Amino acid sequence: MRRSLCTLTVIMFWMIAGVSGAVGLTADDLKPLAEDDFDAKSQAIDRVIASGNDVALRLLEALNKERVVATDDDTVLIQEGNTLKDPITNAPVSTAASEVQPIALNNSLRARVASALSGLRLQAPDRAVRARAIDALLHGPDPSLKAEIEAARSKELDPVLKNRLDQLWALTALQDPDPAKRLQAAQLIGQRKDPQMRGLLLPLLEKNKDGAYAESDPKVRAAAGDALKAMAFEQWQIEMVGTLFAGLSLGSILLLAALGLAITYGLIGVINMAHGEFLMIGAYATYLVQEFFRRNLAGALDWYPLAAVPVSFMAAAIAGFILERLVLRLLYGRPLETLLSTFGVSLVLIQTVRVVFGAQNVQVANPSWMSGGVAIMPNLILPFNRIAIMIFALLVVGTAALVLNRTRLGLFIRATTQNRRMAACCGIRTWKVDSYAFAFGAGIAGLGGCALSQIGNVGPDLGQSYIIDSFMAVVLGGVGQLAGTIVGAMGLGLVSKVIEPFWGAVLAKIAVLVLIVLFIQKRPRGLFALKGRSVEI
Amino acid sequence: MATATISLPKSLALPSRQPVLGPTAWRILAPAFFLILALVPICSMVVPESYPFHLSAYALTLVGKIMCYAIGALALDLVWGYCGILSLGHSLFFALGGYMMGMYLMRSIGLDGVYHSHLPDFMVFLDWKSLPWYWHGTDHFIYAAALVIIVPGLLAWLFGFFAFRSRVKGVYLSIITQALTFACMLLFYRNETGFGGNNGFTDFKRILGFPIAATGTRTGLFILTFVALAGSFLACRYIVTSKLGRVVMAVRDTESRLMFLGYSPLGYKLFVWTFSAILCGIAGALFVPQVGIINPSEMSPGNSIEMAISVAVGGRGTLFGPILGAFIVNGAKSFLTASLSDYWLFFLGAMFVVVPLWLPNGVVGVLRRLRGKK
Repeated sequence: MRRSLCTLTVIMFWMIAGVSGAVGLTADDLKPLAEDDFDAKSQAIDRVIASGNDVALRLLEALNKERVVATDDDTVLIQEGNTLKDPITNAPVSTAASEVQPIALNNSLRARVASALSGLRLQAPDRAVRARAIDALLHGPDPSLKAEIEAARSKELDPVLKNRLDQLWALTALQDPDPAKRLQAAQLIGQRKDPQMRGLLLPLLEKNKDGAYAESDPKVRAAAGDALKAMAFEQWQIEMVGTLFAGLSLGSILLLAALGLAITYGLIGVINMAHGEFLMIGAYATYLVQEFFRRNLAGALDWYPLAAVPVSFMAAAIAGFILERLVLRLLYGRPLETLLSTFGVSLVLIQTVRVVFGAQNVQVANPSWMSGGVAIMPNLILPFNRIAIMIFALLVVGTAALVLNRTRLGLFIRATTQNRRMAACCGIRTWKVDSYAFAFGAGIAGLGGCALSQIGNVGPDLGQSYIIDSFMAVVLGGVGQLAGTIVGAMGLGLVSKVIEPFWGAVLAKIAVLVLIVLFIQKRPRGLFALKGRSVEI
Repeated sequence: MATATISLPKSLALPSRQPVLGPTAWRILAPAFFLILALVPICSMVVPESYPFHLSAYALTLVGKIMCYAIGALALDLVWGYCGILSLGHSLFFALGGYMMGMYLMRSIGLDGVYHSHLPDFMVFLDWKSLPWYWHGTDHFIYAAALVIIVPGLLAWLFGFFAFRSRVKGVYLSIITQALTFACMLLFYRNETGFGGNNGFTDFKRILGFPIAATGTRTGLFILTFVALAGSFLACRYIVTSKLGRVVMAVRDTESRLMFLGYSPLGYKLFVWTFSAILCGIAGALFVPQVGIINPSEMSPGNSIEMAISVAVGGRGTLFGPILGAFIVNGAKSFLTASLSDYWLFFLGAMFVVVPLWLPNGVVGVLRRLRGKK
């Protein structure tokens, strides 16, 4: 409280000083600008700079753009297009543009004008002007403006601009002869933890050729060291959170892809190599819905994903139902042949899509509410579309869990998975359960495709890149277990993303594979293995 | 093994060993073998080009290539048809053998490359100054030939040891072999791996001093591949008719029962698996000088699957089937990709669906059934 009062007093003082300085700038003060004597011009400019008010800002801006003109009787005016204005009142005057001469400046005066201008802009009443001036100085620092920066820093009230001004101040203060200021600057940088400022601190800790530190004061050196450590920690935190997010994001995609696979594999013991193509069907269904909205409901285009979700589910589910009835049904009990057949089906599906839609990727655009992202840390932006997919994956898993645990179909599916013959004896029509469960699994894959279309390319080969990884997730988690699939998919996503920065994506894939092969040595049936007599078949 | 220590009563003596081939088969196959061996050089080198019996370089290469795939299919059938292990990673062993041979061929280009350097062209292009360690000695044919056997064999042994020890089987194993192949393909696509990245090896000039594109060399390679195919056929036949072969088939049929009888399936599976991989590597090594190129796409999972469908079409569990199947599938592929390229994948996909559904024993099964009806 007391501190803010103090600040307020200081600000008041500065405002009074600013107002009092503004008094006295008259048309006569400007007259020397129109004369030929550069010394007189220089003094006049000094007076303008010293006055430091709106008039000065206006005049210096005009000088900087070479728009200041003078009439024959040395009246200084500002030219804006074809109108001439009085610099002090900013009112148009009746003098014609043909009657005036531009005022000439030499290079040193021009430089003085430019630097004084940026100083004045730092305290301009318009926030946008101040922000531009600060940014310009941050990109090209000007040591001669130290006083102006300090003045502006103590006057600034906007927290964002104040923050940037502090940085600017630290930039100049690090070279200050006063060790106390250098110390303060180093501490300030340490508090701000802006990675861009790191380069400023590094030279402080280096030694010159003669063995002495570049920075003579040990306190400043210690502060710089602390600041660097704090920044490194911050950077590490950002990387950790980023990796975690990327891993969870990949994991939720794998989860959407693996969930259906786990259900069908657990139930029928069939590895469906065409599962990836159900993803693709879902993605293309999303594309078709988007095109339909674009043509017929352009106003509601932003909400097409809501319509695409049920459509992609149904499209993939119907394809799965047909596949199960026409092909897989005839091959039960011959898992390796089924594997080959479903591979053939996947080839046919890919080629069909290629013939119908072309081999090129199709464009599926994010709706506007899904583009952009939220910055939870400096330099770390989490895109909305990935967050949306995570939430979507959670919803899908929740729905699947509800269907499996709370509905009659789910009860039948679980019973058939555990003991097919006993379930049949209890009156469950297992062949029907198979069809519905297969369609359900395919539909979930379709939902996965709908989600994938929001973050990646949609092309005929879309599913191919996910089938192996999602199967690995199933293997890791244990077959026919919802919890296992979740843990498997998330674990796989996290592990891949943790390894990736060290070895690159390709070696990470190989490392994950080796890890899985080693993992199977210990837990041949996955993390969450079914127990009981029905397991070993 | 455990069986050796059990003394059998006289009445339960082991059945005598099955012959490698029956007398009729010998009577048909041996003359056919020597006939082809004699006719091919004559047709390709002596008969002038205008005659209908002339074998063009294109035909020589095409048939030679298909014979390499046939060896691969034979190797796959040995593990799939007789041991019940469906590998979707045989294209990896095939390509590895090819790459080992390719290393020798690259080295024997010598100074005739684009950059006239002792290093292979792609290394000069990547600005490498010296050969990576695994390239040392590959200019000796004998060493490269040894690598053709050692590298796929060792990889297969290691992978098989870990996979079979923890009793990974069935579709699990298939998918893991496919993942391994996929990962290795990505690895070979990288330039840093030192195998030419995307482009692989190509532009070979000579093999053992002979110019590689000459008709004489092509004929020689063709004959070599043919002999290798016949040799692999006999070797596989020898294995499946041996006592070991009977145990391997028992593994295929009921592994758990075999284990209750006191056998440990690990050694049997591992032997067949590794032997199959080595055969595949040899096929790849013969493949590369004939087609003149090897790149990572040869490793793609699709190639493994094509090999598997060759086996399925021909008839798995018979050794003649995969050879027939390789000719049918690859012949159809050459024909269809040339004339109706859009429809090749439809045809291939349809084969995957139709063959397991209606031809569970493949073409050989159909032939057998026809003969049985007579």
